[in-house]
Amino acid sequence: MTASAVPVVHSLWTTAAEPVDKIGAPTIEYAQLAPTLIVVGAAVVGILLEAFVPRRARYYAQVFLTVVALAAAFAAVVGLAAGGYGSTKAGIAAMGAIAVDGPALFLQGTILLASLVAVFTFAERRLDPAHHGYRIDSFAAEAAAVPGSDQEKAAVKAGFTTTEVFPLMLFAVGGMLVFPAANDLLTLFIALEVFSLPLYLLCAVARRKRLMSQEAAVKYFLLGSFSSAFLLFGIALLYGYAGSVSYARIADVVDGSVAAIDPALAATMGNDVLLLIGVALVLMGLLFKVAAVPFHMWTPDVYQGAPTPVTGFMAAATKVAAFGAMLRLLYVVLPGLAWDWRPVMWGVAVVTMLGGAIVAITQTDIKRLLAYSSIAHAGFMLAGVIAATPDGVSSVLFYLAAYSFVTIGAFAVVTLVRDAGGEATHLSKWAGLGRRSPLVAAVFAVFLLAFAGIPLTSGFAGKFAVFKAAAEGGAAALVVVGVISSAIAAFFYIRVIVLMFFSEPKPEGPTVAVPSPLTMTTIGVGVAVTLLLGVAPQYFLDLAGQAGVFVR
Amino acid sequence: MENAENLIALLVAAPLLGAAVLLCGGRRLDRAGHWLGTVLAAASFVIGAVLFFDMLGRGAEERTLRQHLFSWVPVESFQADVAFQLDQLSMTFVLLITGVGTLIHVYSIGYMAHDERRRRFFGYLNLFLAAMLLLVLADNYLLLYFGWEGVGLASFLLIGFWQHKPSAATAAKKAFLVNRVGDMGLSIAIMLMFTTFGTFAFGPVLAATGETSEGMLTAIGLMLLLAACGKSAQVPLQSWLGDAMEGPTPVSALIHAATMVTAGVYLITRSGAIFNAAPDAQLAVAVVGAVTLLFGAIVGCAKDDIKKALAGSTMSQIGYMILAAGLGPVGYAFAIMHLVTHGFFKAGLFLGAGSVMHGMNDEVDMRKYGGLRKYMPVTFVTFGLGYLAIIGFPGLSGFWSKDKIIEAAFAKGGTEGWILGGVALLGAGITAYYMTRVMLMTFFGEKRWQPAPDPDTAPSVEPGIEVHPGEMPHPHESPRSMTIPMILLAFGSVFAGALFSLNGAFVNWLRPVTDFEHGHPPVSAATVTVSTVVVLLIGVGIAYAQYGRRPVPVVAPRGSLLTRAARRDLLQDDFNHIVLVRGGEHLTRSLVYLDHTLVDGVVNGTAASVGGLSGRLRKLQNGFARSYAVSMLGGTAVLIAATLLMRGV
Repeated sequence: MTASAVPVVHSLWTTAAEPVDKIGAPTIEYAQLAPTLIVVGAAVVGILLEAFVPRRARYYAQVFLTVVALAAAFAAVVGLAAGGYGSTKAGIAAMGAIAVDGPALFLQGTILLASLVAVFTFAERRLDPAHHGYRIDSFAAEAAAVPGSDQEKAAVKAGFTTTEVFPLMLFAVGGMLVFPAANDLLTLFIALEVFSLPLYLLCAVARRKRLMSQEAAVKYFLLGSFSSAFLLFGIALLYGYAGSVSYARIADVVDGSVAAIDPALAATMGNDVLLLIGVALVLMGLLFKVAAVPFHMWTPDVYQGAPTPVTGFMAAATKVAAFGAMLRLLYVVLPGLAWDWRPVMWGVAVVTMLGGAIVAITQTDIKRLLAYSSIAHAGFMLAGVIAATPDGVSSVLFYLAAYSFVTIGAFAVVTLVRDAGGEATHLSKWAGLGRRSPLVAAVFAVFLLAFAGIPLTSGFAGKFAVFKAAAEGGAAALVVVGVISSAIAAFFYIRVIVLMFFSEPKPEGPTVAVPSPLTMTTIGVGVAVTLLLGVAPQYFLDLAGQAGVFVR
Repeated sequence: MENAENLIALLVAAPLLGAAVLLCGGRRLDRAGHWLGTVLAAASFVIGAVLFFDMLGRGAEERTLRQHLFSWVPVESFQADVAFQLDQLSMTFVLLITGVGTLIHVYSIGYMAHDERRRRFFGYLNLFLAAMLLLVLADNYLLLYFGWEGVGLASFLLIGFWQHKPSAATAAKKAFLVNRVGDMGLSIAIMLMFTTFGTFAFGPVLAATGETSEGMLTAIGLMLLLAACGKSAQVPLQSWLGDAMEGPTPVSALIHAATMVTAGVYLITRSGAIFNAAPDAQLAVAVVGAVTLLFGAIVGCAKDDIKKALAGSTMSQIGYMILAAGLGPVGYAFAIMHLVTHGFFKAGLFLGAGSVMHGMNDEVDMRKYGGLRKYMPVTFVTFGLGYLAIIGFPGLSGFWSKDKIIEAAFAKGGTEGWILGGVALLGAGITAYYMTRVMLMTFFGEKRWQPAPDPDTAPSVEPGIEVHPGEMPHPHESPRSMTIPMILLAFGSVFAGALFSLNGAFVNWLRPVTDFEHGHPPVSAATVTVSTVVVLLIGVGIAYAQYGRRPVPVVAPRGSLLTRAARRDLLQDDFNHIVLVRGGEHLTRSLVYLDHTLVDGVVNGTAASVGGLSGRLRKLQNGFARSYAVSMLGGTAVLIAATLLMRGV
């Protein structure tokens, strides 16, 4: 050991002994995050309920907990909006991970209300006759049991129900609440996974046609993972480009307002190829979730296989969350890149609108029909996204709100039309429904007209707002395509109406179950919102207009 | 009287209230409804009379009253007000409408006594009164149009009042459709006015005619003439009036003889300033009037249905009025004067016809009347006075007004004057002929009564009147509620003309509104009068020779070509059918063909190709997750490629 070595060691010591930056405890704005925290907290409580509450009481406890949690979360959203967090006090919370601003609160409110309406269809237990003395719902007695096995039979006989669907749904809602509010790419990814995984599970737990349900879940899971991988890869590339996953930071780099280059990333930072490929991959992940062509192929299979209440919930809430995230990404992170992403999204919107509408024409299953319809609607909403104006944001927000209630209501009606094998989803069985159950058929006709965008329904107001924004945003040609697609789409919506009202009922036709007040609430709210937004859309358009500003 | 103008709205409000109460009131009002309707009509007449005497009490220049009720359509430069203007012209109409209207309400009490929908009938009558009063009281063309459409509606409802009869329903529809053509004219005229003058209030429009191009004024004038042709049943829109006789007889008397059909005369007289500044349009008015007066008269000669004969006569007499209105300031006053006197005697004639039908089991064929003067003395006398008035028997109402029109027509001057005057003179002769024919066939000669038809095979029987098939009619005088209005109208038929002509009273009364010039016929006035009387006597003589001295066959003889054509309303329906209906059908058919082959071809072709595309695209959805993943991968590749391509890197 030499004397000269000592100072080195010493200097090592002294360097180490110098005061280091402490890792500060993260500041969490609990109040601003309350909606998410309530929902996720309730989900955790729900898991505990599964563990500790006797089987008989679980259903009631879970339904109560879920409804209260969703209502409380919605109240929190309203409270935040009333407190100005959507406008003047809008800001970034949770150390830059979550944005609390107008669009986030509007979307969260929409998701929560839609979920609240959808949860009633989850809880419906009157559609099937009582089985072995137990009331049964749409979900498998024991989801883990092999279809057709003795174990399943025993579970059915014992009157088991899968009450886990309620906490699963709450987890999904929790993820969806974060998704459109995520302010960095990692939060975005985590939120995506948090809401996707419960949905995969929910798709698998249908009581009837279990194999189809499980197949749907597996497909959804495989393709969802596939798209998540793309998304994650895109995030990595964007990090490589900007040296950060924060939206604001990436936006600054895209704008060129951050000149200093992080030495560790000198090789990649500011490389536009990374940026463009990264953007394309992240967008692909989001387009998968909104079911845009050509990333839509899971939609019909999953919508058809999943339990119908889950389909309704998923079709509405997922779309709201995913479009919200897409709007934030494109308007906050990539406005400087609009010249690059707009033409690409143009193409996606065109093939989505036309593809959804055209393929829907030859569908014979009502759930698949609605799945293709949701694809076409994703295309219409993309047209509003492409406007790249504040009006574009607010019109898409309005469209999402309108569309969610129509969708949940329509799928709720689908649960009512039943024959011996459960829901009678083949269109031929719907012939003459208007003669047998005029009220149900009329309600469904309202939803179909709203899907088709006929005036005095919310669908018209939404479509009009979106197309207007798109035309003003310089995408007039897209509007023409949109109108043509609407015309094609109108064909198959009206065809169902014609089938219901102007065809002779079949002798072996399905019966229409008389639902409990739960499903009636869902359908009633759906019709009411559809007509309200159709007859007097201005208040809600204004609301969406005020909510149309993102924070950065 | 202070603030007399505040009463104007009440004129309209009273019958409008009646219509609302009677039509919305329900069955409870069935027993008293007709009284309510009659009282409100009478109330309107009383208000009109009060306003009239008030007006007489003021100087000629201060007689116009205005009442602004509210702004109807206030949109920047498009200002439409609900405002009334009551001047001498409107006042004349108000008194005629409410006076004759009230009498006909009274008459209807008896005439409709057996109809279970009588309350509704009175509701419609009140609605008509309100609309007609609105029409003549409006101070702008838009409000006038409102009333114009209102009377069209009331007319439609009343012609089709017995809607269970297919003929009545068809007639109502026909009247409505033909009137629509005229209404289009009025609406176009109003639009032209708005673009030309920026307003459609009478005052500004009529004052501004001096500064407007003659071409525009001619266009407006011709459109107004088209409107007048529709409402007043003038050639070429005359075809509905004959069929409109399917309505109850009081309706024929009030609406399709005395008041509504004269709305066209009102419109043209009111718009006099426009026509004065557009001589071509004015000449067109005169020509239309002259043609119609001959047309209607010829049709009237051939009809055996008493009401249709009278309808032809109405058409002809309105032709006189339109002719007079087409002569300009020389004729306006006489047009209105003839309108009023005609209102009296034609309403009286129709009520008389209704009375005859009432006594004859609702028979309308004059060939099955005969010798009724002994059985229905009041009807005979009142009808006879109306007859003398309409043919222009010296001293009676029609003489004074018609003679002036003929004079004025000659005074037009030049060839036009001779032609128009000659036509008017000839028309007077034909009028004398066909009215004498009606008179002789109905009240003179031997009885040609026929047993009552079976109501199943002859559905023209008015409901509520009990008809026993095979029973001979027992003609009898009608009840008092029917004869009193007839007597009152007969007084008007006899004395009104002389009263109006005393010192030119009527002309002076209207002069502030319509202007007046004395016409100077190429021959002396006395010559015209004498020749009118001569022509009249010739007409009466021929009719007497044909129908008075020879027995009238119960079954109509085949007749000459002209007679047969006239029986078919001078082939007007055939013309309409061939040219308009057939033409329209061909047009529609070719459009349908075009639609089927071209439009549907394109549509169906598109649909088929979309469907085919759909079927092919659907196959891509094969259910294999691996295929879906490939689609996603491919999509992502395209997405990346496109993004990069956009930047050109």
